Parts: sequence; C-alpha cells; structure tokens
Amino acid sequence: MRYLPLTPDDREAMLAAIGVKSIDDLFVDVPAAARLDGPVDLPRVAGELEVERALGALAAKNATAGNVPFFCGAGAYKHHVPATVDHIIQRSEFLTSYTPYQPEIAQGTLQYLYEFQTQVANLTGMPVANASLYDGSTAMAEGVLMATRVTRRNKAVISGGVHPHYVKATETVVHAVGVETQALPAAVDAEAAVIDQIGPDTACVVVQTPNIFGTATDVTKIAEAAHAAGALLIVVVTEAVSMGLLKSPGEMGADIVAAEGQSIGNALNFGGPYVGLFATRDKLVRQMPGRLTGETVDADGERGFVLTLSTREQHIRRDKATSNICTNSGLCTLAFSIHMSLLGETGLRRLALLNHEKAVATRDAVAAIPGVKVLTPRFFNEFAVKLPKPAAEVVEQLANHHILAGVPYSRLAPDAGMDDVLLIAATETTLDADIQILAKTLAKVLAN
Amino acid sequence: MSTMNTVGRPTTPNAVESKPATLTGGRGLLQNEGLIFEGEGWGKTGVDLPAPKGDASDLGDLVRRDPIGLPGLSEPEAMRHYVRLSQKNHAIDLAIYPLGSCTMKHNPRLNEKMARLPGFSDIHPLQPQSTVQGALELMDTLSHWLTTLTGMPAVALSPKAGAHGELCGLMAIRAAHRAAGHGLRSDKPRNKVLVPTSAHGTNPATAAFVGYTVVEIAQTEDGRVDLADLEAKLGDDVAAIMVTNPNTCGLFERDILEISRLTHEAGAYFYCDGANFNAIVGRVRPGDLGVDAMHINLHKTFSTPHGGGGPGAGPVVLSEALAPFAPAPWVVNTGDGFKLVEREEDEAEQAFGRLCAFQGQMGMYVRALSYMMSHGSDGLRQVAEDAVLNANYIKARLQDLMSPAFPEGPCMHEALFDDEWLKGTEITTLDFAKAMIDEGFHPMTMYFPLVVHGAMLIEPTETESKAELDRFIHAMRALAGAAKAGDKDRFKGAPFHAPMKRLDETRAARQPVLRWTAPDGSNMAAE
Repeated sequence: MRYLPLTPDDREAMLAAIGVKSIDDLFVDVPAAARLDGPVDLPRVAGELEVERALGALAAKNATAGNVPFFCGAGAYKHHVPATVDHIIQRSEFLTSYTPYQPEIAQGTLQYLYEFQTQVANLTGMPVANASLYDGSTAMAEGVLMATRVTRRNKAVISGGVHPHYVKATETVVHAVGVETQALPAAVDAEAAVIDQIGPDTACVVVQTPNIFGTATDVTKIAEAAHAAGALLIVVVTEAVSMGLLKSPGEMGADIVAAEGQSIGNALNFGGPYVGLFATRDKLVRQMPGRLTGETVDADGERGFVLTLSTREQHIRRDKATSNICTNSGLCTLAFSIHMSLLGETGLRRLALLNHEKAVATRDAVAAIPGVKVLTPRFFNEFAVKLPKPAAEVVEQLANHHILAGVPYSRLAPDAGMDDVLLIAATETTLDADIQILAKTLAKVLAN
Repeated sequence: MSTMNTVGRPTTPNAVESKPATLTGGRGLLQNEGLIFEGEGWGKTGVDLPAPKGDASDLGDLVRRDPIGLPGLSEPEAMRHYVRLSQKNHAIDLAIYPLGSCTMKHNPRLNEKMARLPGFSDIHPLQPQSTVQGALELMDTLSHWLTTLTGMPAVALSPKAGAHGELCGLMAIRAAHRAAGHGLRSDKPRNKVLVPTSAHGTNPATAAFVGYTVVEIAQTEDGRVDLADLEAKLGDDVAAIMVTNPNTCGLFERDILEISRLTHEAGAYFYCDGANFNAIVGRVRPGDLGVDAMHINLHKTFSTPHGGGGPGAGPVVLSEALAPFAPAPWVVNTGDGFKLVEREEDEAEQAFGRLCAFQGQMGMYVRALSYMMSHGSDGLRQVAEDAVLNANYIKARLQDLMSPAFPEGPCMHEALFDDEWLKGTEITTLDFAKAMIDEGFHPMTMYFPLVVHGAMLIEPTETESKAELDRFIHAMRALAGAAKAGDKDRFKGAPFHAPMKRLDETRAARQPVLRWTAPDGSNMAAE
C-alpha cells in the first residue's frame, strides 16, 4: 500500500526488537470478544487511478457554479480566487503542520495568523480579532455566549434579518447552556423592530448587515440603544466582501463581530470548510473564545509570535474554559489572508464595488419582468424578490434550464410564510450574458 | 584574499577564526521577513479587476469612507512573503512530527486533488438538491464507511472538529435523557458526566459547556479507568461517561466491556473520545465495545491535513438509542436518489437542532473518503497495526534510557514516558523538547496527559519508515545520553538552531499585543 513505508522484513525486525512474536501480541489488551478476525466488509485497497475514477464520477454528477449562470448566495458566495492562493496553501510547511505549539519552529503559521488577526480587525473596524472559528454561524453562537459572560445576563434578542440557519445553529448551542433567545419575525427591514425589544435583561442584540434579504442597514442607533440598556451589539456579516464598500460594524458601534470569511480566498465547497471571523473590543479580549496569536521576543530579543492568553482555553482551564474550541480554521485563514494581501484596500474596494454593480444590474433586469417585485431597497450584492409562484418551484425549473437562479427563502425557513421569496446574489464572476439569460428564462418560466 | 566565487573557479573552504552574526538578520536561506503592514503596500493591489462604473452613490451614507488599513502585494511580492514565512515551519513532509494524540500522519496529495474537483469545490450548499446528487452520494458513501468501520448504526457528519463532535455527542445524550424524563431541569435530573483525569481538556470543557457537572474518575496504577471508583460514582444522576479508548496514556482500556456494561446498567450513555481511533481502525469496532457516541477526527485517523490548526472535521457515530436525536442535516438514500434532510421534519422530530449553517466540512469528507478508498478495509487494518508497531518499537528502543510511564505490557499507537529519568539533571521535559528541535525533530506532546509527571507522549503514526524511526531513536538516545552526562546548556538554552530562540510566552500574555498598529497608534502607515 503506497502510504505505508514498512516492509514485511521491517515488521519482522521490529517485532523481534520489541520481543514479541506477532502483531496480535500488541493487541492483547483488546478483549477477545471485541477482536475482528479479518477486514470488515468494505472494498479493498485501490490504486490512485481507481479512486480518481470513482470520485470523479461522483463529482461529474453535480452542476458546478462556474459552468452555469449562477446567482446563489444566502451565506456562501462564488468569488474568483487568485491562483496564487491555492498554490501557497498547498505548500507542505503550511498544509502539513499543526497548531503552532512549538513557536520556534512555527513562526510561519504564527506570523500569518498575526497578520490575519490584524486584517480582520481592520476589515471589521474593530480593535482586535482572534485566529478564527469554524464558520460564521458558530462564530455567532460563540458571540452570544461571550455576551452572556460579559454582561452576566441571559437573554439574546435576535433580529429577523439574521440568516435562519445561523439562528438555528446559535439557538441549538446556547439553549443547551440555558441562554434564552428572542428571535424576531423575518422581514426585509427587520432591523427596525429590534430596538423596542431591548430590555434590562438583554445580554446582547444580534443583527446582520447586509441581512438575509440583502438589506444593508446602518445599525448605529441599535448600538446606542443596546449600550444604553447595558447590552452588547453583535453584528453578523455573512458576505465579508461587503465590508469593502459598506460602513464597518466597528464604525457603527458593534461590540462583537461574527462574520463568515469564505468569500475571501475560499471556495464554495458545498458548505465547508469555511472560516469564522471573530472580532471585539480591547476590554473584552479575555472573554473572547478561540486561539489568539500575540507578539513577543525570543531569548535574543528578536520579535516573534506565540499563541497567547491560553488561560481562557480548554487545555488549561478544562471545565472552566471560555469555550471548548480546540481546532480553528487554520488553512482557510491562510487562504483568506493571502487573498486579502493580494487585494489590498485598493483591490477590495474595487471588488466590492463591482459586486454591487453586478447586483444592481441583475436587479434592474429582474425588476422588469412582469409579476416580479423587488423587495430589498438598499443592498450590497444580494436582494430579495417576490415571485408570482413558489420560489422553490421556479428555482427547480430554472435548474432544468441549467441556471442556478438563487436560494428560495423557504429553503431556509419553510414555516415563515414566504414561499414566494427568492434571494438573488451576483458577484464579480457574474457575466452580463448570465444576467440576460436569467431574466429571459425567468420571464418565460413565470409566464407559463 | 577574496572569497568571491568567480566564474569557472571552484571554491575551497577557508579556515577562519570567528563566526560573525549576519549584518541584516537574514541567515542564508532563512530570510528575515517583516509583516505585510511594514512594507510599501499601502495603496497597492495584486489583483487586476475591471474598473467599476460608478461609486455606489445609491447607497448614500452607508458607504465606508474611512481608510480600512489593508496593504496590498503584487503577485511576486505575495509569493515571496509567504514562501519566506513557510520556511520557518516544521511540517510532516519534512520529518517525523510525533505529537501524541494528534496523529500527524502523511497527507496524501490525491486527497487534495480530489477535493479540488470543481464538482465538489465549486458547488453551493443551497443549490437545488437535484443538481448536487453526486455530492450527496459522496456523503452517503462516507457515512457507510464510517458506520461500517465503527460498527455503529448512524453518523452525524456535520460537526466541524473533534470538540464540535463532542458537543454533538453530548447534546444527543442530553436530548435522549430529556426525552426519557431525566433532563437537567426535571425532577430526577441526570446532571453529571464522569471523565477520567487523563482525558483531553476538551472533554470536561464540553461537558461543562452543555451544563453538566464534571466528576473525575480515578486512574489505576497501570493507567486505566479505576473500575471500583467508576462503579462508586455511577448512579441515577449520571448522564454519561466520557472515555478515550485507546486512552491518552496510549493504552487500551482492558475493562472496556465492563465499563460499558456498568454504565448502561446505571442508565447512562458511553461517550468515547475517538481521537485515538487510528490505533484500532479495522481491528476493533467501537460498536462492539458498547459505545453510544464517538467522534472521529477526520484530520487524524483519515489523513485530512492539519493545516496549521485546522480546518478539521468531527463526524459522530451514534448508537440506536441516540441516532434519533442526531442534528440536521443528514442524507437519506430514497432509492431513486439522495435527499438532504435539512430540518426537523416528521421523520426527524427528535433531532436536537443544527450545529452549523450548512452540511459540515464537505472538503474534508472528500479527502477522508479518498483516503479510505485508497487503503480499503485491508489497508486500514494495516494502518492500525503499523501505527501500534511503530509506537512499541520506539518504546522498546528507548526504555533503557528513558522511563516509560507504564512499562508493563504493550502500548497502542503512542509511547508515553515520564520525567523520572531526568531527575537530578535539572533538565525539564520542556528543555528536552526544545533540544529535539535543534536535532531537526518536532517535539512530542509535552505535559499531557496530566496524570503523568512531565509527560512525553510520542505518536509516530504508521506513515514513518523504519529508517526515519531509527533516525529519531538515534537522536533521542543521543540527547538522553547528553542529559544524563550533565550537558545542561544544550537543553537550557535550546533551541539554538531553529529560526528563533526560545520565545517569551509570559511576556506575550502579560502585555498582550494582538495586532499590528502603526507607530502613531493608527491602523495604517502614513503615506
């Protein structure tokens, strides 16, 4: 087997050095009743070619975003990733290393994490960011838990504009800890209803901008209301590129930012792995979950980087840790950081503007179709429309025409009574021809 | 005399007295590389994009006006920056990486190639299911391999890492107890989780996180769960035990069948931390041991890359009793296609919820399946055997110089030593580890498990050749000899030959500097 270097002779020699007769002698502690005599009932060893053929056949059954007019968003976005990114993240020293427990031989990882933390802090407009969490939804859950630790209150008010899967993932975890949530009804302008719900027992208010319907909102007033009540404001961002165009969460008064970083450097990957961005204010750092990299010096006084403030973490604090998180999204943070370094502020702003313009063009084309009503007034690269038919059916019909037209809101929240709402996203990868095909085919499908 | 090599004139070494430090901080191939924020990148970009037509005036006062603070690099500058950084990292591809409990095995490149097929990497999590049947079939096939290898009826794929899998398993257990009337806020709550003192830190952290009181179980002299203590602590207030098997001392729990029997008799569930599944894959099925839930770190046993700390993946296999409580989403083979069940519907009303926005780590599913198919069931069995053989070989070859924590009997896939043998040398486990760096090796896991003083936990994995093991053993023996001979400076000052000398972690924690700021305190350099 190509991944196993030991030869039969090696094995014999090693068993002799150990002083046992057979490999079975090393498994004597396994109760006899639980020992398997031979291989389990699964296919046997396979060469590279066979595996490539088998997996290639499965891959070929899927419609890929790059091959069709593509308008899906709702928390995962198709962007162009420079070739350099994927080349660098496959370098052995990045791909096949682990958490930098020995900083003297892990400065490569530690320095890029420090740069990543700085990039995320500046992008979100916050003073400090961690070295990533699993994804945006788990970052939101961790944000709510952190807010309850900081405020010693037990209730989260969640805007109806937050991604329904984020709400569900957060509720699943925080309810287990006894934190209450008040999830407000879904609405295109859901943020307007948030302030009235803030009370003296509110630990945090969670708002998303742009929200799940694409609506971009200035949440400054919500921040002020939250702070006046002694609560924290958590801002969720599911499309990181938007921060290249829109006011940052930090500028609007966020205390915690929980964002999905997939859009920068990372592929769609059918939902994962992605990269959770998590940023906060300086004074809250010690309540922040996840790994942190900090600057220090070595024995010669040279600047270097180490994992730090680990007294918050599970391997030290065990049952008193701020979170049980151990693994982060290492390689996805590297992809994010390289892509961001290539873009720079100049490239990011341009990329964001292009996304917005493509979405506006798509909106204009779709709005002209009889029976279609655009619901989102101000958006970044995604907007909601109301269709005269159930959106899921329309999307399925368009898929039959090899067009991936967007995400029906009912896919995320079947009981919301919004079966006719379709979320449509466009990015820099959207061609003018794609927009025309979408508009033409959508008109045809709706007319039938 | 000039030392310059002129064309056509071969060099010969010159004998010189001193060994001067370099003038610039560079050291041969090792470049002195600053932060991207310290370069000339303000205003620069390395991505060519078409010019936007307007300025998003339709967004009015929502537009970000202040500088963001993100320098840019041209493509050649980016390559140099990251290649220079990369050369300061140890990696599996360079040498043995014997971090105990982390299973740093070879990462096959076929896995990477497969995960990058556009049919897997360029599909959206919310595309119509009819357009991603191959992806769903892959998840279904992976589930079949995982359940068959573990002898368990069900698997929840979506947890994103080992600790996330622990959370999934414990929440399923919690939901099952609640359904039976023993929830945390019921009259007869099961509110305790028993965890051995040798457990990974994530175990007690997860149990406490979910609201349980953690009770430690004692360990016997031979490094196993103390059955008498377990029996004494089991009762109708216990929700579950969390046992790692093979355990963190690298030993198989001989009484495992008794442990699961007692646990089930007390009405509790058996959570197994599957971090060490590599030692038994293909030879033992956790289902046959009475396990109710176990996470599988795909980045350990099934070779998906560790990537500097992630991303991982932690699918959880579940027993019949716990399967109904598995979180959404999951894949169902309907007979004429595959369906992704995304929420609690009629068929899944007991599901405890959802752990992340989408369906977990698809990129890792592809890599893990690619690895499993390559090995096959026979190859995977050989994986466990070679992993255990390699660890026992190291133990056998070092035990005359170093002190094994549990000398009696074989270990499984990792060899555990304590620091008894360093007594009187003034050299600590940490010093010894740092000296290993100078010899070109990544140190083993240190000071874990906590139950062994000055622990050194060595996990070679099955992908090390005998020659590499011998090279490692030779270095360890040489270092052990030096330690015993009183060569203290070699250890106290180590590492001397790494990209950096020993770093001041205390200072980093006392005065945290967690981001770059310009000398004037702003987030970007003045232009």
